[in-house]
Amino acid sequence: MSTTLQPGAASGEKERTPPAVPLPPLVELQGLSVRFGKREILRDLTASLRGRSIGLLGPNGAGKSTLINTLLGFYKSSSGSAKVFGYDIATEVRKIRGLVGYMPENDAFISKMSAVSFVRMMGELSGLPADMALERAHEALFYVGLAEARYRPLGTYSLGMKQLAKLAQAIVHGPKLLILDEPTNGLDPSARQRMIRMIREIRDGKEMRIVLCSHLLRDVEDTCDEVLILKQGRIAHYSNLDEERRANKRFLELETYGVNGANGDFTEAIEKLGCECAVTANRMKMILADGVETRDIFRLAAERQVRIRRMNFRRDSLEDIFLKAMEG
Amino acid sequence: MAIYRRNYKPYAGTLTQAWSRCFVLFRYSRRNLFRSKFLTGAFVVCFFYPLVCLLLIYLVHSATFLEQIGVRNQILAIDNEFFFHFMAVQGVLAFLLTAFVGPGLISPDLANGALPLYFCRPFSRAEYVLGKSSVLAILLSQITWIPGLILFGMQASLAGPAWTWSHLWIAGSLVLSSLIWIAILSLLAMALSAWVKWRIVAGALLLAVMFFGAGFAQAVNAVLQTESGHFFNVAYLMTTVWNALFRVDTVHPIPVVQAWIALLVYCAVCLGLLMRKVRAYEVVR
Repeated sequence: MSTTLQPGAASGEKERTPPAVPLPPLVELQGLSVRFGKREILRDLTASLRGRSIGLLGPNGAGKSTLINTLLGFYKSSSGSAKVFGYDIATEVRKIRGLVGYMPENDAFISKMSAVSFVRMMGELSGLPADMALERAHEALFYVGLAEARYRPLGTYSLGMKQLAKLAQAIVHGPKLLILDEPTNGLDPSARQRMIRMIREIRDGKEMRIVLCSHLLRDVEDTCDEVLILKQGRIAHYSNLDEERRANKRFLELETYGVNGANGDFTEAIEKLGCECAVTANRMKMILADGVETRDIFRLAAERQVRIRRMNFRRDSLEDIFLKAMEG
Repeated sequence: MAIYRRNYKPYAGTLTQAWSRCFVLFRYSRRNLFRSKFLTGAFVVCFFYPLVCLLLIYLVHSATFLEQIGVRNQILAIDNEFFFHFMAVQGVLAFLLTAFVGPGLISPDLANGALPLYFCRPFSRAEYVLGKSSVLAILLSQITWIPGLILFGMQASLAGPAWTWSHLWIAGSLVLSSLIWIAILSLLAMALSAWVKWRIVAGALLLAVMFFGAGFAQAVNAVLQTESGHFFNVAYLMTTVWNALFRVDTVHPIPVVQAWIALLVYCAVCLGLLMRKVRAYEVVR
């Protein structure tokens, strides 16, 4: 039985300090497995996801959509359990569904209905009274940018507009959790930017928490603060991106040129501050010690007449994290 | 609240009762149905025969008028056979209406992948089927047992209490026979449309089940020298049950109990098919 994963644990990185005000767990997985016939799609998933915006990453067939569908009660787990907002998916799925807005990956609409009727009906099915559902359907369509087209039949919409209509129906009833399955699928770059901006706005509004499932690293990097990487139905990595980013800020790359021998003094001086250094010719890589800032590096360089040609923080991109997880 | 404000706000108002949400589907589906002028016309046509029956009942009780036109007032008896024929005609119309309406209820949702959007809400598959079938149930009720009861009421008011008490069972037969037929038609239409996901094909398939079913039944009977082929003929089974309910004397090769059981089996199979197909996502094993 695997242990509960905390951010960074799967990659074997050092434990990080928890955020100041930790959010209550959004999704808790306890040895969750899902099997379709003889195929095991999800295998013994154990994790506690707490982020405001959680990205589910993985190559095609890793089990991302299956995990979402299982959390929504569409698939039965073959063993283990899962909770969403503390509600068990096996016994309290109706309560979970009452708190969730779901934007599916594939086309999902009723072609002859106008967008406003469609979103209104979905609002009513979520429990909104008819008049309130109509008002909120208009608001949701305005919010996603379909105000002008809201009386048109959904069958006449472009792919990007259909994605926006799906988002509108997912938020019309004011859910506490928004599940987005490949929200930028098939969008052109500007439509993708609009979608990402909207997801960020929703995230920053702090009214909803988000689970975003995508195989596009950029989408997850742009919108999520935690990432769960799945590989062949298992958790390959789970980390807090904000913390990763903060941690990576301490890793500095320098390129210098100066008086012969000055670089040696410079390196020694930096090491005296408690930083770890690796030098190759005029290039230095260092991990800054706690309390050491970049201005200290500039000061030491000025004192030793070392000119800094280039300085940048090296940060692991999500791509690096993803590739490491895939290799592991 | 001004709708032009482009910001998101959560909903903090009251929610409707969970049991009432299947009527949302009923409302939207019914509204969509009556956008079709053809359907509206067909629906109106379904009331012609009840109107004729109403007129006949009135005329039978109008002795003066019958004398004026020189017709004996015993020419038409308003009895169980009269209501059986009423049900037979309205039953055929109900079938034709179902063939037009039924397949359009579920197949568009399946074809457009809309089911995950229904079921990701606090809304179950049973409620979905109930909501969709209520469209057919109410539509078909309006042309079968409701006008049937109106006719019965008219006859009862004109014939007096003695006739009413001695024929009260006809009212029960009208309701029961209609409900069975409505259940069979609704489930069959929805199961077929869920299976093929294509409205036109589902409509054709429903017609095929009825007409080819009858032909197949005859072929089985002729080839195997048996009467068991009638089990493939839903209309025949229904007529057998209706004959028993309206106490019409006819000889049937299939016992009424077996016809009842066969109809229930049809209903169960259709329900099973629906429950298998009406899912958010189909699992490929």
